[in-house]
Amino acid sequence: MIDRNIIGMAFPPFAITAEAGQLRFFAKAIGETDPVYFDESAARDAGHPTLPLPPTFLFSLELARPPSNWREEAGIELARVLHGEQSFTYRRMAHAGDTLHFDSRVTDVYEKKGGALEFVVMETRVTNQRSEHVADIRKVLVHRNG
Amino acid sequence: MKTLNFDALEPGDTLPPLALAPINRTTLALFAGASNDHNPMHIDLDFAQRGGMPDVFAHGMLSMAYLGRLLTQWVDQRKVRQFNARFAGITHLGHAITCTGEVIEKFEAGGEERVKVEIRTTNQDGEVKILGDAVIAR
Repeated sequence: MIDRNIIGMAFPPFAITAEAGQLRFFAKAIGETDPVYFDESAARDAGHPTLPLPPTFLFSLELARPPSNWREEAGIELARVLHGEQSFTYRRMAHAGDTLHFDSRVTDVYEKKGGALEFVVMETRVTNQRSEHVADIRKVLVHRNG
Repeated sequence: MKTLNFDALEPGDTLPPLALAPINRTTLALFAGASNDHNPMHIDLDFAQRGGMPDVFAHGMLSMAYLGRLLTQWVDQRKVRQFNARFAGITHLGHAITCTGEVIEKFEAGGEERVKVEIRTTNQDGEVKILGDAVIAR
């Protein structure tokens, strides 16, 4: 059973700069064909200062957080975790070279099916190097206890 | 820059679909590296089997990235206000994913005109893997 005391737990502040090389690698990995996402000149022609972060890339940036064992301490086993839901609410674009700050906390833990499945909800506010609000992210993890 | 004829949009209108090549192990290895998701469930057969899965399987966020492509091949990303996904089924090796979408509502919010689109991924057998929606501004 996942420790309910993690509800409200805030993660340490984390910031990372989006790199153009990784954006190009991401574009390749998802088969992107729109040059706006891998060619700086195409991005500028479309009115972007440089390569834009595609819609789900903020999720990837946060995965670069330094490792910690909060999951193990809370009773979460990686091999039992599935991704349940993912939401993004966008306030403004982010681009290569931007430094994104991730302010994340666990907002809920609940169970279904008599405890066979447990759910961990995490919410993140993302701001940029100018303290502008970039996005809000919500992630629901599913823990299979069966 | 993509220009969408917002006035002509009606509920029931469909988005141009996006069909992907079947998922293979290289797809997952590249996505693991590019997306910073190094969870071995998606790249290490031994680990996946110890976790009770028959094989590695695709990252949910790979399919959500495909849905992102569905949206941004239709509208400029700067118009995307919200993007939500519920992972309904596991996308396995060999699955050929198609992303589709349909306009379901026109409304006003945040001082602007918006549409909500329902989006999904299905495999070659028509099984729904992700159900989601997105909100697009004029």
